[in-house]
Amino acid sequence: MSANGPVLDVRDLRVWYGSTRGAVRAVDGVSIQIRAGEVLGLVGESGCGKSTLGRGVMGLLPDGSAVDGQVLFQDTDLLKVSDRQLRRMRGPDIALIFQEPMTRLNPLMRIEDHFSETITAHEPKLSKAEVRRRSLEALGGMGIPPTRFRNYPHEFSGGMRQRIMIALALVLRPKLVIADEPTTALDVLVEAQILSILADLKRNFDTALLLITHNLGIVAEACDRVAVMYAGRIAEEGDARTVFSQPAHPYTRELLRSVISLNTTGLHYIPGAPPSLIDPPAACKFHPRCPDAMRVCAQLAPVEQRLSAGQRVECWLHGPGDRIPEGGREPLEQERIAVAEEA
Amino acid sequence: MAKPTTSLRTYALTRLALVLPMLWILLTLVFFMMRVAPGDPVTAALGGRLPEKELQERRHAAGYDKPLIVQYVDYLGDVARLNFGTTITDDRPVTDVIIENGSATLELTFWAMVVALSVGIGLGLVAGRLRDSGADVSIRMFGIVVYAMPAFFLGFLAQLLFGERLGWLPTSGRASPEVQFLLPTHTHLYLIDAIIYGDWATFKDVVLHLILPAATLGLIIAGVLIRLVRVNVLQTMKGDYIEAARARGIDEKSVVYRHAFKNALVPVVTVLGLQVALLMSGAVLTETTFNWPGIGFELVRYLNNRDYIAVQGIITFFALIVIFVSVLIDFVNAWIDPRVRY
Amino acid sequence: MASQLIARAGRAFGPVREARGVPRWIVWAGIVLTLLFVVMALTAPWISPYAFDQYKDASGQRFVKQQAPSSAHPFGTNVQSTDVMSRVIWGARTELKVVLFAVVVSLLVGLPLGLLSGYFGGPVDRVLVLIMDALFAFPYLLLAIVIAFLLSDKFGSGVATAAFAISAVYIPQYFRVVRNHVVSLREESYVEAARALGARPRTVIGRYVFQNVVQSVPVIATLNAADAILTLAALGFLGYGIQPTDAAEWGYDSSRALSDAGAGIWWTGLFPGMAIVLLVTGLTLLGEGLNDVLNPVLRRRKMEPVTLPPRAPQEDRA
Repeated sequence: MSANGPVLDVRDLRVWYGSTRGAVRAVDGVSIQIRAGEVLGLVGESGCGKSTLGRGVMGLLPDGSAVDGQVLFQDTDLLKVSDRQLRRMRGPDIALIFQEPMTRLNPLMRIEDHFSETITAHEPKLSKAEVRRRSLEALGGMGIPPTRFRNYPHEFSGGMRQRIMIALALVLRPKLVIADEPTTALDVLVEAQILSILADLKRNFDTALLLITHNLGIVAEACDRVAVMYAGRIAEEGDARTVFSQPAHPYTRELLRSVISLNTTGLHYIPGAPPSLIDPPAACKFHPRCPDAMRVCAQLAPVEQRLSAGQRVECWLHGPGDRIPEGGREPLEQERIAVAEEA
Repeated sequence: MAKPTTSLRTYALTRLALVLPMLWILLTLVFFMMRVAPGDPVTAALGGRLPEKELQERRHAAGYDKPLIVQYVDYLGDVARLNFGTTITDDRPVTDVIIENGSATLELTFWAMVVALSVGIGLGLVAGRLRDSGADVSIRMFGIVVYAMPAFFLGFLAQLLFGERLGWLPTSGRASPEVQFLLPTHTHLYLIDAIIYGDWATFKDVVLHLILPAATLGLIIAGVLIRLVRVNVLQTMKGDYIEAARARGIDEKSVVYRHAFKNALVPVVTVLGLQVALLMSGAVLTETTFNWPGIGFELVRYLNNRDYIAVQGIITFFALIVIFVSVLIDFVNAWIDPRVRY
Repeated sequence: MASQLIARAGRAFGPVREARGVPRWIVWAGIVLTLLFVVMALTAPWISPYAFDQYKDASGQRFVKQQAPSSAHPFGTNVQSTDVMSRVIWGARTELKVVLFAVVVSLLVGLPLGLLSGYFGGPVDRVLVLIMDALFAFPYLLLAIVIAFLLSDKFGSGVATAAFAISAVYIPQYFRVVRNHVVSLREESYVEAARALGARPRTVIGRYVFQNVVQSVPVIATLNAADAILTLAALGFLGYGIQPTDAAEWGYDSSRALSDAGAGIWWTGLFPGMAIVLLVTGLTLLGEGLNDVLNPVLRRRKMEPVTLPPRAPQEDRA
């Protein structure tokens, strides 16, 4: 691994689920990279495949899902390693923080047992005292006093449980943390707390963080770079500030316009619903909802372009011009939005 | 939320306070159910066999000429002193029936539970773990068929095969007549008596007699357990903490054993308490099938003799057992599941 | 109303048709086994070789007792010289009659009691819950025996006595299930909304609660019917069921066959016993299968195998 190469390099990943109605293309050709000490925000509407992407990296997909592409973690392709090796990497290399903290701890085990189980699963030779020291250190870092170490999960509030879950994820000092909507189930004050904890992480341990969220405010606050996901693909990806100030993809732009802030005068929303992942719209998957759609958008899938501002984007507005057929730039006659809604 | 865990003792006291109304209701039900029957118990059991004058005396002695409410209060008072009355037909204190025949039932049901728990939980866990595999389908089928099998039919098949055809095992009673005659019994538990006296020939004889009845009753209860454990494993394996444990790199074996199985067995303990009803009902049938002189066997005999006092006493005793087991189960639950102790 | 009910039932059983794999197999095995006995019960007078209490042939010749299976008596004869096969076939009629009766009575009592008790709550509810819990915890067979024992003094040992004794066992079960369901429903937002809009209790119970609760009835009723067969057979076995001269009953026949086992006479006990096992298994499979199919908690989202198509070059990807 080169010194400043990415910790995680996902190349053209596809994750499809089989369902009775057909294949669900949850992740359909996604490439992202995260470097050490970097926070990448992954945003998109619910059902666009962002959680599946996180699980796919961890190898925690339900039986019967089909995966291909490459998931390079420090140059090891996680899709090729054995189950056993992948299990060994979960924890010390990659950790996952879940959305709902209330049900993620085993109700019959003390907090202490969760920690000792996790640590000894990966470092079986560690002494009891050392296991305890490390656990308390991780918990202390999250503001959980040692007196609560022998308590049961039901004796903690949601925010505290999420901090315990984070401590549990960090106790093995993973190089990459995937946080899947870590604050969605919590109230705003706790949310701020958890976000600052995650921000400290990269400062103190140079951890790479993949922050999955649908909340653009969190991305603006906590992320270095942002990837906008739509219907299983990355629509736009780049430096967070650049993407926010000069969104290149119409979807990003519309998403940003929908954010409610203090100077909002009217509510803006994107018409239609996220497309079906079983039978997505042809060509550009956003074209039925896109205010800027052109004829080419309904004919050909867009090609990834790198812009001068630094972001990469998949949208015909940004070319390449030589691939757009004759008359492709004419505005598209939009079908009634109800059709998209039906899909 | 962050309330400290209530101590087990406080929990115990609250739980015990809840027992009394339940106990009272059960006893009241038993009492009035027995009084719905036409005529008085003495006439029902002995009518026509003794002169009217003597019946009258017996009725008076047993208090059946008193008003119903007085009889009811007397009954509750007697039960509180653990006096269950004296049988009409053979003039035996019901307490004796409980001690002598009850211990036979205890011996039978204990070993039946051992069979039921090991077979039921073992197979249930395997079936739940290997959902929809060949093993799962066969175990499920086994559970359903065993559950569908009346104790007396399973007993009949066992007697036919192991008793009559193969001649391996005895099919009737707790021990061979000569053994039973010679065994000085203190605990009324033959197995323990045999061990106390170090009499291995007797021990073997008692074990052989125990095998078929205990296996019959145990398998029937195992059928219910298999179903229960399997469903619980399926639900637990879907649990969020299972996925979370996998995400921490806990190996699959630990995930299954430490996280899934333990959590899956918690509700089983509760339902196990309800199985005591099945166990007792099954015991009545098993004892009748194998001529096992237990309390269920005696109950059927007294029923056939229309001995209301004996029936009432034995049913009352069963009610006490039901209450006792339900409390016991709750304690066990509180002990293994910290959430219960709230 | 009727067509509405049929349509609703059709919708409720839609998942049965859609079910696949093991659950589908289980439901169908249950349906086939149960139907087999229903047909047997309905056609008993025509398919049975003899009457259930017939112990001599047309010429007045008494059947040989405990005779091994032969062409004249395919399942042999029992100790009372009656034909085992005829008693098994007629027995189907008795068992189904009693169990249907018992399940209907328990439903008619348990369902409304549970609905009202759960919906209105209050002290009556609490007392009912205590009584029903006490009855529920009590060994069901003993309860049935005692009630059959008490009723038999008044009504004799017939179908009605057996059916009422069995109902007493299942009323608490329906009551508990329905009441708990109603209590949880009462807190559901749509029921609360209906109440907030001023719907009368009658309407709320009838339209919202009842229709919801009724959906769980087929599964419970089927499983209880299976259980009730066992209870009836146990009552018969202990001598508190139906008298052998009134009707053929498998449990009673099993008890008479018990002493045959030692003599190697297997046919008197095997056939009635098998009949019990098969009918109970059929009903259980039907109930379990319905539960698997209808209960979404246990239903596993069907995963079809999926293969990724080879990647198309960027340009052609549609």
